[in-house]
Amino acid sequence: MRMDGGALRGIHRLQYSRPRKPRAAGDGRWLAEREARRMKLHEHQAKEMLRAAGIPVPAGRVAFSVDEAEEAARAIIAETGNPAVVVKAQIHAGGRGKGGGIKVVSGATAAREAAAGILGMTLVTPQTGPSGRVVRRLLVEQAIAAGRELYAGLVVDRERRRTTVMLSAEGGMEIEEVARKHPGRVLTRPIDPAWGMRAFEARDMAYALSLGEPVSGKLARVLAALHKVFVSADCSLIEINPLVVTDSGDVVALDAKAVLDDNAAFRHKDRKALEDPDEEDPAEAAARAAGFSYVRMGGDVGCLVNGAGLAMATMDILKQHGGEPANFLDVGGGASKEQVQAAFKVILTDPAVKSIFVNIFGGILRCDVLAEGVVAAVREAGMAVPLVVRLEGTNVERGRALLAESGLAIVVGADMDDGARKAVHLARGERARPGGSPS
Amino acid sequence: MSILVNADTKVAIQGITGSAGAFHARRMAEYGTKVVAGVTPGKGGARFDDTVPIFDTVARAVTETGAEVSCIFVPPAFAADAVAEAAEAGIRLVVVITEGIPTLDMIAARRLLDARGVRMIGPNCPGIITPGECKVGIAPGYVHKPGRVGVVSRSGTLTYEAVWQLSSLGIGQSTCIGIGGDPVGGVDFVDALELFDADEGTDAVVLIGEIGGAAEERAAEFIRRGFRKPVVAFVAGVTAPPGRRMGHAGAIVSGSAGRAADKIEALRGAGVAVAENPAEIGATLAGLLRRRPRASQRKRGRK
Repeated sequence: MRMDGGALRGIHRLQYSRPRKPRAAGDGRWLAEREARRMKLHEHQAKEMLRAAGIPVPAGRVAFSVDEAEEAARAIIAETGNPAVVVKAQIHAGGRGKGGGIKVVSGATAAREAAAGILGMTLVTPQTGPSGRVVRRLLVEQAIAAGRELYAGLVVDRERRRTTVMLSAEGGMEIEEVARKHPGRVLTRPIDPAWGMRAFEARDMAYALSLGEPVSGKLARVLAALHKVFVSADCSLIEINPLVVTDSGDVVALDAKAVLDDNAAFRHKDRKALEDPDEEDPAEAAARAAGFSYVRMGGDVGCLVNGAGLAMATMDILKQHGGEPANFLDVGGGASKEQVQAAFKVILTDPAVKSIFVNIFGGILRCDVLAEGVVAAVREAGMAVPLVVRLEGTNVERGRALLAESGLAIVVGADMDDGARKAVHLARGERARPGGSPS
Repeated sequence: MSILVNADTKVAIQGITGSAGAFHARRMAEYGTKVVAGVTPGKGGARFDDTVPIFDTVARAVTETGAEVSCIFVPPAFAADAVAEAAEAGIRLVVVITEGIPTLDMIAARRLLDARGVRMIGPNCPGIITPGECKVGIAPGYVHKPGRVGVVSRSGTLTYEAVWQLSSLGIGQSTCIGIGGDPVGGVDFVDALELFDADEGTDAVVLIGEIGGAAEERAAEFIRRGFRKPVVAFVAGVTAPPGRRMGHAGAIVSGSAGRAADKIEALRGAGVAVAENPAEIGATLAGLLRRRPRASQRKRGRK
C-alpha cells in the first residue's frame, strides 16, 4: 500500500509557469458537471482501482454471502491484528449509513451477524428513492480510527473544459452543502490535459490545507495519483469522502465513489466485469443493451422519440395536455429497424402503458427506417394499445407511405401537439379527437 | 447574411465512405452545399459518386480543393483524431456529427482547437445550416426556409421541430446551429449569440436549451448584459425528475443546478420570451416579431 513515488519523480517543476492559486468553487458549480454518460461502480470496485494506483485504502474484501463475510472478517483481523471491522452494503447509491447499511463490529462472529442483517435487506436511502435497493453484496473492511476527515474529488468542468480536482478540509458531509454554504472551503483546480496533474499543482492544493508534515506531502501524492486514475480509467467522477488522516499520519480513502464515462467503454475491455445487472432496472438494462435510452416515469402514455431534447419536450407536452408519460425513450441518432422494434418491446413491458406516442423528427434517423421498425414491431407483437405516430423529417414521404400501406390502425398525428393530444385521449379510453391541422 | 457558413463555403466530409457519411454527403450536395472533398484514409484518388474527390488526409484535401469547413462522421474512437487532423490542416470550422466520443478525448481536442483558433460545432450534434445556401450536417434541409431568424440549440431533433414551426408560419431563418449536448463541446450559446448579434441578416434568435449544465444561465447573463435582438427560448425537461439520466450526456438534473425551472427563470429575467409548450416556439416568436418588426441595426464595436 506504499505510495509509488517513481511515477511522479519524472515531472519537474516548470520554471516558466507560476503556480496559480487554487481557486474556490463557485456556488455548486460542479453539480452541473455530473452529467456525462455514466456507469457507476460499487465502492469495493472503486477502491480496488484506487489501491492499484497506490492510493491507500483499508484492507477489505467483497462478500456475497454470510459465510464469505465471516471468512473475510477473519482474514482481515489476522492481517491487521485489529478485531474492529466494518460491514458495508454495496449498492449504487449513497447515504447507506443512515439506512442501516453500514455496521462497525468487533470480531468475525459479530461480522457474520452484521452481514446476516444487511444482506438481502431493502436499503432505503435519500438516493435510492422510496422503493430502495436490495443488498446483494458487502464490503468487509478493516475499521480505521479517523482523525481529520477531508474530501477529494475529480470531475469534468464543462465551463472550463478541463478535468478539475476538488479538495476540502471539510470531508465527511455532503460536499454540495459545504460548497453552497461556504464556497471558499472547497478548492478546485482545472488540469491541463496535455500535462496531467503536475506535482506542484498537487502540492499547491495539499499545502493550502496546512495539515503539516508528513500529511501534506502524502495528500499531494494522493491527489496526483487520483488524477492519473481518472484519466487512465476514463472516469467522469471520482469522489473520496471521507479521505481521512489517521492518527499515524496516513492519508486513507475511507469511502470511494467512481462513475465511468460510457463513451469510452470501447477502450476498456475489462469493464464488462464491473457491471452489476442487479443495480439496473431490467427494462432500462434491456434498452441499454439494445443501444437506446429508456427511463420509466410512471405514467400511462408510452413514448418513442428520437433525440433526448425532443424526447423530453414530448414528455413536457403530454403533461400540458393533461397526460402522464410512462417513459422517456430516445431511440438515438442512427437507430436501425431492429432497434425500433426493440424499443417497442421495452415500452410494452410496462403494464401501465395505455397508448403509445411515436414522435419522430428524422435527421440521421430516416423516417422510412422508423416506419419499417414500427410496422415490424406491431406485426410481431400485435397492436396491444392504440398507437399514434407523428413523422417529420428525412424521407418523411416514404415513411408515411409505409405506414399507410401497412393497413395497420395507426392514428396519425399531424404535428407534435396533435399527436400528443390524441395519445392522451386514447390513454384515457376516449376516441382520438381530431385536432390541429397539418401545416 | 448569415453566420459561419454561406453559399461560397467549401466543405470537406471526413468519413465520406461510411454509411452515414455517404448518405448525408449526398443530402448536403443536393441541398446546394459545395461539397468539394471527401477524406477516407486508404481511399485517396477515388471519387465519391463519380464526382467528389476523395483524399487520404485532410491536409491534401485542403491543399487541393481549398476546403475550409469539415464535417466529421468518423466513428467515436477516431473522432478526436479527426478533429485534430482538421485543425492542423487549416480548416476554420469543424462540425462534428459523431455521437459517443469519450469526454477526455474532447477535452484534449478542444485544447488544440483553442490554441489554433479553430471553431468547432458539436460533437453529437445536427450541424449548421444557412437555409438556401449551405448545409453542413444532418438536419433535414426541407424544413428550413431562408429568412432573418437565428436558431441555436443544444438538442438535435428538437431544433428541427422548432425550425419546422417557424417555416410553417412563414418565418425564415438566417442560420441554424445545433451545438450538441455533450459535456465538452465547441461553439456554445454565448458564442452563437455573439455571432448573431453582429450579423446584420439576423433580426431575432430562437434559443433551445435543456436541463443539465449551466449554459442557459450563462446565455441569460449574456443577453441581460446587452444583447439587442429579441430572443425566444424553450427549455426541455420541465417534467424530468431530478437525478435521472435522460439520454445524452448533457441531459440530467442533479440537485439544484441544471433544473429547467432555474433556467427559465434566468432567461425570463433577461427579457427572453420563454415558450412553455414546445409546440408554441414558432408562435411565440411570431408574436414577438409582430410587436417589434425589426431589431435595431446598430453595430457594435466587435467583429
